Amino acid sequence: MENWQIEQLHTLFPSERFFTSTADLYSYSFDASFGEYIPEVICQPLHVEEISTVVKKANEWKVPIYPRGSATSLSGGPLPVKGGIVLDMSQMKDTLTIDQENMIATVSPGVLTADIHRAAEEVGLFYPPDPSSALISTIGGNLLENSSGPKGLKYGTTKEYVIGLEVVTPTGEIVKTGGKTVKNVTGFDLTRLIVGSEGLLGIVTEATLRLIPKPQAQKTLLATFHSPVDCGKAITEVLRHGVLPAAMELMDNACIRAVEHFQPSGLPIDAGALLILEVDGTDVSTENEIGHCQTICEHAGAISVQVANNEEERAAIWKARKMVSPAVTELGPTKISEDATVPRGKIPEMMERLQEIRERYQLNLVVFGHAGDGNLHPNIITDKRNTEEMKRVEDAVSDIFETAVELGGTLSGEHGIGLLKAPYLEMEYGTAGVNLMKSIKHAWDPNHVLNPGKMFAEEGQTKVVLT
Amino acid sequence: MTNTQPHTSKLHELAYDATNQCIQCGYCLPSCPTYISMGQESASPRGRINLVKAAAEGKIDVTKDLAEPIDLCLGCRACETACPVNVPYAHILESAKEVITENEQEAGKTAKIKRLTLQHVFTNSNLMRMGGNFIWLYQVTGVQKVAAKMGLLDKFSPAMAALEHVMPTVERPGKRPTRGTWLRAYGTTTATVSFFTGCISDAVMNKTNRRSVELLRTVGCDVYIPKTQNCCGALHSHQGDHKTAVTLAKENIEAFEEVQTDYIVNNAGGCGASLQEYEHLLTNEDSNWQKRARLFSARNKDISEILVDCSPLPFKKNGPAVVTYQPSCHLTNVQKVTEAPRQLLKQIPGTQFVEMGQSDTCCASGGIYNLLHHEEANKILDHKMDFARATKAQVMIMSNPGCLLQMRLGIKRAGLDEEMEGMHLVDLLAELCDIP
Repeated sequence: MENWQIEQLHTLFPSERFFTSTADLYSYSFDASFGEYIPEVICQPLHVEEISTVVKKANEWKVPIYPRGSATSLSGGPLPVKGGIVLDMSQMKDTLTIDQENMIATVSPGVLTADIHRAAEEVGLFYPPDPSSALISTIGGNLLENSSGPKGLKYGTTKEYVIGLEVVTPTGEIVKTGGKTVKNVTGFDLTRLIVGSEGLLGIVTEATLRLIPKPQAQKTLLATFHSPVDCGKAITEVLRHGVLPAAMELMDNACIRAVEHFQPSGLPIDAGALLILEVDGTDVSTENEIGHCQTICEHAGAISVQVANNEEERAAIWKARKMVSPAVTELGPTKISEDATVPRGKIPEMMERLQEIRERYQLNLVVFGHAGDGNLHPNIITDKRNTEEMKRVEDAVSDIFETAVELGGTLSGEHGIGLLKAPYLEMEYGTAGVNLMKSIKHAWDPNHVLNPGKMFAEEGQTKVVLT
Repeated sequence: MTNTQPHTSKLHELAYDATNQCIQCGYCLPSCPTYISMGQESASPRGRINLVKAAAEGKIDVTKDLAEPIDLCLGCRACETACPVNVPYAHILESAKEVITENEQEAGKTAKIKRLTLQHVFTNSNLMRMGGNFIWLYQVTGVQKVAAKMGLLDKFSPAMAALEHVMPTVERPGKRPTRGTWLRAYGTTTATVSFFTGCISDAVMNKTNRRSVELLRTVGCDVYIPKTQNCCGALHSHQGDHKTAVTLAKENIEAFEEVQTDYIVNNAGGCGASLQEYEHLLTNEDSNWQKRARLFSARNKDISEILVDCSPLPFKKNGPAVVTYQPSCHLTNVQKVTEAPRQLLKQIPGTQFVEMGQSDTCCASGGIYNLLHHEEANKILDHKMDFARATKAQVMIMSNPGCLLQMRLGIKRAGLDEEMEGMHLVDLLAELCDIP
């Protein structure tokens, strides 16, 4: 960018919402994924008009513009890969209104997801999507990445809860999509197109979310199995018996070992898989359902099944899952977190293939994830300063993507394509599919100013690059 | 950037590995008081860690780019509690401060004189005690009133002036409990404790110290106050003076080895945290020192822990209708003492304990942060006071002298001084047990 452009932008924002110092530029150069890309200026908009003006300027100057929430992205969504303007949306958070009568929430994009959970629950309502970063992620980021969390199987993903949006388009127009009704077939479903568009098609400035009544009770169990196959059988049986758990979290042997090593809590370290299953509903229904699930797990050959009898025991069970993150850091400082997703029936096979990949590349590969919806999280724990190992990691990651697609699954269940997975988009969609997406992008963003360098591979970019 | 090379490599050596433990997940952001109030990434723990990393890699300049964001950190360490992967934030912060301070001293910077002076005063216990005596004189002779009328201090330093208005009444020097002799329990002895006076507390809150000792004796402790004890070294560590911090730690370990007791008891969350971490502070010393540090820290207790163990306290009268509590960050995040003070408050007859919203976030006292960064600190403080007001408490309790002064300032700023009083936990308990 030219100096005069930066100066002109500064006239739109007061100094406390406009940053150009070296320390600030470096502070907006990263997210929770990989790489460091230094922007040229950071603006913190508070009003939709400010965003519209900046985007129009960006079009006039052909300068890239990168919206950013809390930068918890694991796919590089907000990284300013081509420099330019970072639009830090985190301060645009003044609206969080719950309309009890219509069971909807109206929110500003910078509102934290957990604050929506809290506000809804205060009046007996429920916003189900809960990505593990809900305490810190902004709803704007959640919507644009369509990130969901463990409750996808029973409650669906984020996009199922978005019924209306106000967005600034890539050319700076202010547009409203959808509305306040659950049913709405007026015109194209632009809402659904924008949710999950990874910030390529618009900047969300307000969202209308659908809420549902809050379940009264939860019951949780922890079961361990000799193999992922046994565990897979149990999961299928549970569903076949008409129980739809709110969460089914799976951990593989490497994960169990890491957790036990980090903080011994009596988990069987020779178990092939660990399953945390939670049902929600009424006191009576959860009591019945958890009983069913317990029996089914036992019949499927579980090594152990433990049902939480009170809140304390329930917390202890979830602790095993929450320990995964700190535990795996003992294996190395760098964590590459993938979210390849397969049809549920393919989970045991996917687990076996991941095991092979682990051995082939001799890497610390641990697997956990949301078993109910087939969304696994293979995590490679490594050290990004070890270039030799990082090369092997790159190959392993490629293999994981290819395996998921081969098994009828997808590259990404909830993290998004962003930067790292861009070279593989064609593998899943074919040339025609990618071209269709590119033509949509071009029609909406003729100057390619909004979040350029994402989702579509650059010339000559054929595989994931981490070094 | 050639002149910063040695600093870059020192920073690399001290903290680079630690910065690489950060997975940039951002879980620390909502826990960080400066991120909440300033709303920018460079004022967040994740941002600061990343900047230290960039500086260690030589990408940004230690003085020009790193110093300010680091200086603006309160050091409350709430981010360590929030961190899912246990990044040693305090180590990264203190390493950065050490390198920044060295760099400034070499460059002969005068801009930081304020900080250096403060550092010098607060870290010399004789000076501090003398200062305390002066404050006492100043308060009893009426000079305070004259000075206040003329607004002398306001002209000199508005930050100092603001704190001066909320300073507790300092006791006559002669009332300090005797050092170097056993002060026996009133009744049967259940434990023996050494009392850590702290430097600021010893100077300006000597009444709270005396009452702490009296409370301990009341609940059955034989109390010994080692003569040669010193400042805990927290302020030095926080300001990047690692060397002095180590010297002070060693002096204190020696002082408290002189007479063996069950516990070393303090009434200041910040000092207690520093004592708790002597082993970490002395990691580069020989194994003998490390062992002595470990034994020292194992004996270290906050006074609330001892009082809870010996409770119920012999309350003589009913307390205020509603009390609330602003915990010391270092008591919470470093010593991990969260329940004991609350349990004591819940025991008070006739009193309802009301938890304050966001009580876990820092009040922005931050050692001497409120003196160095007046505006930033006030912004954080005023936000906190909205939650304080909502509790409708008559007494707000603190467990660290810095927090006490800061929250009293907050009460005054919020215009609540008619309705609410800020007190140290010990002072309220002592009053209700009829300890003058």
